[in-house]
Amino acid sequence: MKKILEALEKDARLTPEQISAMTGTTVADVKKAIKKAEEDRVILKYKTVIDWAKSGEEQVWALVEVKVVPQRNVGFDAIAERVYRFPQARSVYLASGTYDLAVLVAGKTMQEVAVFVSEKLATLEAVQGTVTHFILKKYKEDGEILEGGEGVKRLPVTP
Amino acid sequence: MSKSRSSHIKVSQSHISEKVEALPPSGIRKFFDLLSSIEGVISLGVGEPDFVTPWHICEAAIYSLEKGYTMYTSNKGMPELRAELAKHLDSRFGLTYDPDDEILITVGVSEGLDLAMRAILNPGDEVIMPDPCYVAYPASVSLAGGTPVQVPTNEENNFEIIADDIEPYITQRTKAILLGYPCNPTGAVLSKEELNQIAELAKRYNLLVISDEVYGQLVYGVEHTCLASLSGMRERTILLNGFSKAYAMTGWRIGYAAADREIVGAMTKIHQYTMLCASIMGQTAAIEALKAGDSEVEAMVRDYDRRRRVMVKGFRDIGLSCFEPKGAFYAFPSIKITCMTSEEFAEKLLMEEKVAVVPGSAFGKCGEGYIRCCYATSLPEIEEAIKRIGRFIQKYRKT
Repeated sequence: MKKILEALEKDARLTPEQISAMTGTTVADVKKAIKKAEEDRVILKYKTVIDWAKSGEEQVWALVEVKVVPQRNVGFDAIAERVYRFPQARSVYLASGTYDLAVLVAGKTMQEVAVFVSEKLATLEAVQGTVTHFILKKYKEDGEILEGGEGVKRLPVTP
Repeated sequence: MSKSRSSHIKVSQSHISEKVEALPPSGIRKFFDLLSSIEGVISLGVGEPDFVTPWHICEAAIYSLEKGYTMYTSNKGMPELRAELAKHLDSRFGLTYDPDDEILITVGVSEGLDLAMRAILNPGDEVIMPDPCYVAYPASVSLAGGTPVQVPTNEENNFEIIADDIEPYITQRTKAILLGYPCNPTGAVLSKEELNQIAELAKRYNLLVISDEVYGQLVYGVEHTCLASLSGMRERTILLNGFSKAYAMTGWRIGYAAADREIVGAMTKIHQYTMLCASIMGQTAAIEALKAGDSEVEAMVRDYDRRRRVMVKGFRDIGLSCFEPKGAFYAFPSIKITCMTSEEFAEKLLMEEKVAVVPGSAFGKCGEGYIRCCYATSLPEIEEAIKRIGRFIQKYRKT
């Protein structure tokens, strides 16, 4: 199972036939394993890593530190849910350290992100304060280096 | 005066030594010139990882340069690196080597091999090795004045060399057995039992064994056995290894030899006059690799394993018989169904389908009829190469 997931994490477009060849598992077993992983929500979805800046499409990202008051019985989960239900919040993590929730926010313009933070996020009752860091440049996304992808430098024939 | 002298001194016709003249050029190199003139080639002809050295290793070397570590090191290599290696050999194989005088840092395994041969061979001494084997093995013996004796291995026996195969080749002059498993070019691995039998043979005939284990960390579903770790073998084994393949550090040129102090002492003597020391930058990187490189090696091995399966299955699907390699990163399929020599096959394949492979004959007579294909290449490239080779086979298969 781990071998199949590892292969898919690298390239979601691999066919069951390709994964079968790579892992030495039969095609039927690969299909079964993937189906089960999807049902168990071990595989959440298949997505594409895109360099939007390069595509010419404008996008604004911000990392928002959110300090919150945890609530009795539900801890941080209830407030986290209030936050992650907003589609603008693309990733939400509970973090150790000087703040509690790390929220990655995406919008079309700086204005849109600012409005979301000031009107939706900061005004939540349990939220004590926010610090917004606008992302100036993306260097690496999901393990992929965005600029200057390096070609192979080795010689075509070596001992 | 000089004129009269030259008349009775025999003037040599060649400036090159007879030993070197007699040496055949490397079959791998020959191919290189042809290749570089063609565009759009997929090369399975490489012998190195397609990974770049893990960043933390490069970073450690950069830091050392910034700190001004640009000098010679001790002839034997940096004490810290030797100490780390001693620890590594102990934890992996339970082998105890004194880092002070039983470990020597070399410029790649290539230098270690050369030193080992020069340290042990007298003119005419014989060294037994498998055929096919890495191109430098016979040459290193010849250059040291010895005679390489090649024992045929074949696909039917998984390209394994066993004690019973070796014994008939042992003579009065046999000094050592040279093994390189996991094997370049075949990907064969020897089991512990097979190695034990070779060890018994070595003890019975008082032979040394030079064991090149540079691919030792790249094995798939089997365990690598270090020859020196077998009972009674530490004192008669010259263990050669390096960082090139496992840590993707080919260009750093760092290898090492571990053996009994008498042998390492002899090798160090040659090394100090010919090489002085391995580069300090490479040695610093090697220290970092040993300290924190294991997780990357594991990830690379898992990746090679996926590609290995794809390549072997691919060759079998297009009708080539392909022995399942258990180590290194090469597949060695048979191309006998085309009735071409492997050199002919490789050349035609390059010209017609733009796929570069290394003819098996470059690795010895028994490599004839095979090609060496490296799967340390991206999966899409492997798949495309298999497709092209499949087309080629269809066109030329005779049986």
